[in-house]
Amino acid sequence: MRSNTLFSVLLGDRGTKIFFAVLLITTAIAPLLHLAMPEGSALHLSSYTMTLIGKYMTYALLAIAVDLVWGYCGILSLGHAAFFALGGYAMGMYLMRQIGPRGVYGHPVLPDFMVFLNWTELPWFWYGFDMFWFAALMVMFVPGVLAFAFGWLAFRSRVTGVYLSIITQALTYALMLAFFRNNMGFGGNNGLTDFKEILGFDMHSSATRIALFVASAVALALGYIACKYIAHSRAGRVIQAVRDAESRTRFIGYRVESYKLWIFAFSAVLAGIAGALYVPQVGIINPSEFQPINSIEIVIWVAVGGRGTLYGAVAGAVLVNYAKTYFTAAMPEFWLYALGAMFVFVTLFLPRGVVGLGDRFLKKPERVAEAVPA
Amino acid sequence: MNAATAIRNGWQKVFGTGARSERPPAIDTSHGPILYLEDITVSFDGFKALNALTLYIDAGELRCIIGPNGAGKTTMMDVITGKTRPDCGSAWFGQTTDLLAMTEPEIAQAGIGRKFQKPTVFEHHTVFQNLELAAAGEKSVWATLLKPLSATQRELVDSVLETIRLQDTRSMLAGALSHGQKQWLEIGMLLMQDPQLLLVDEPVAGMTPQEVERTAELLLSLAGKHSVVVVEHDMAFVRSIAKKVTVLHEGHVLAEGTIDEMQSHPRVVEVYLGE
Ligand SMILES: Nc1ncnc2c1ncn2[C@@H]1O[C@H](COP(=O)(O)OP(=O)(O)O)[C@@H](O)[C@H]1O
Ligand SMILES: [Mg+2]
Repeated sequence: MRSNTLFSVLLGDRGTKIFFAVLLITTAIAPLLHLAMPEGSALHLSSYTMTLIGKYMTYALLAIAVDLVWGYCGILSLGHAAFFALGGYAMGMYLMRQIGPRGVYGHPVLPDFMVFLNWTELPWFWYGFDMFWFAALMVMFVPGVLAFAFGWLAFRSRVTGVYLSIITQALTYALMLAFFRNNMGFGGNNGLTDFKEILGFDMHSSATRIALFVASAVALALGYIACKYIAHSRAGRVIQAVRDAESRTRFIGYRVESYKLWIFAFSAVLAGIAGALYVPQVGIINPSEFQPINSIEIVIWVAVGGRGTLYGAVAGAVLVNYAKTYFTAAMPEFWLYALGAMFVFVTLFLPRGVVGLGDRFLKKPERVAEAVPA
Repeated sequence: MNAATAIRNGWQKVFGTGARSERPPAIDTSHGPILYLEDITVSFDGFKALNALTLYIDAGELRCIIGPNGAGKTTMMDVITGKTRPDCGSAWFGQTTDLLAMTEPEIAQAGIGRKFQKPTVFEHHTVFQNLELAAAGEKSVWATLLKPLSATQRELVDSVLETIRLQDTRSMLAGALSHGQKQWLEIGMLLMQDPQLLLVDEPVAGMTPQEVERTAELLLSLAGKHSVVVVEHDMAFVRSIAKKVTVLHEGHVLAEGTIDEMQSHPRVVEVYLGE
């Protein structure tokens, strides 16, 4: 009964159908073109391009995490880059420990940067990261618990709106400064890199790349389904009510703070998972991932794609990052201006983002309700 | 033992899990009235918005409160719902529930519903979803995440839709409703909580004559099952619904009786019609 309703929810809206169709086709075709087509062929997909698409998929997962809190619950978080980076660091720590004695200094346990700092022992917080299951748990646990503790303090004191955005931004910035310090034990400004193996498989082999690509696609699909389920449950209607009229929602008997807290923490976990899949594909994690601008960029992806639809967030993440890839290659100095211009344009002319524009041209009204301007 | 209780309470506060009593405690109306206001005084910077106000509302009654602007009608509702604390006096809901010792949400939970002057429905939710949001019952994150509306609650939504006559608009966005329809929807949201006492502030302001008429029918249909207190300026409307009218003036009750008695009451005519 319930899975039935979920199924109908997933198939009930066109954007979601398109999203799943595109994801499925990409996931099936890309590895095929990479493996089966000869290197010189026009149809051959280079490992660079495949990794790039895999990276976009982790960004898309990050974008739906932000859409859930911002588009549905009205919490404009500028801290999601931090949750993403923390998930990435947890995975990076596992990958560092996988290197084992094969580092430049050949120490059996300590990663190179620790040997370089003349450390003799592994810090306690690196314990357990030699086990994949433990690292996988930490990928979710660390961002989730941080978001929960942070949200508990912020939401309980009724910090909302731009003040919340500012303190989430401050959190990210503080973490960046901390991770830059060498004696924090996370590799300082070089971060964690030179990974060799994941689960015993060579990081640079085609098969591993394809596996990571498929894992990103699966994580994106599952994350999408989870968010869609939440958004279409009664709890989803409550968080949207919180977004539109918080005190009214409180007045009719909902504990607004606990709704915000759970949504925020869940969203942070999704961001952490996205970060954990991102790191092995790009091969490095360093403190620049905590840059304040990154959080703002994520928000722009969602705004460009269209808030409160999930598939809009995915579309925005892919479009903006494709533009970024293009710009940073062709004229890197203009990227930030282009980003800003895009944001201004969307805010002024496309309040419902690119998918809102698509809807306007394509849509026969699905329900009376949606034909009426709100 | 105490520590365990404290931890459990704290846990429930944050996580919103665990059983909470769904039904408000029964209100004892064995002596007739459901609401007792006695000697209530509220002053703002020395100005007495309510001045030793004493008022009783019977269970199942439909009462109209009229009075010139600034008479203290809205302030009275603020006191009943816990929004404003009086300087002195007492306010009881039934025989046993002391309203002055309760917070706003506790009072709402105990069975007093209030409709504000300005309609405040959720404009981006459908009519059905507005009523669903207002449904009584478990409101924790887990309950709303995992359990759809129960069959009884669904039936209640349907019957409320019928009462407020918005069946045809059930899947329309509330933002697309007319002003009058929004007011009815908000009354419907109150009805979802099955309150024993309904406070309605100026329900027909800004309504078309047809809407006024339907509102009168709606409020009349509620009396009996609920006690209803209506604050209203529109005398024709008051005449169409009220058996008993209370006239407020300068923070206290000037007169009480049928609408005809009031309209021929010399003091009432003086303060009200001489406005
Ligand atoms: N928060 C407040 N601060 C100061 N004065 C107030 C406040 N609320 C109401 N009043 C005053 O109390 C009087 C009664 O107001 P109100 O209860 O709104 O009257 P009514 O609803 O009968 O028109 C008015 O003179 C109003 O100006
Ligand atoms: Mg008033």
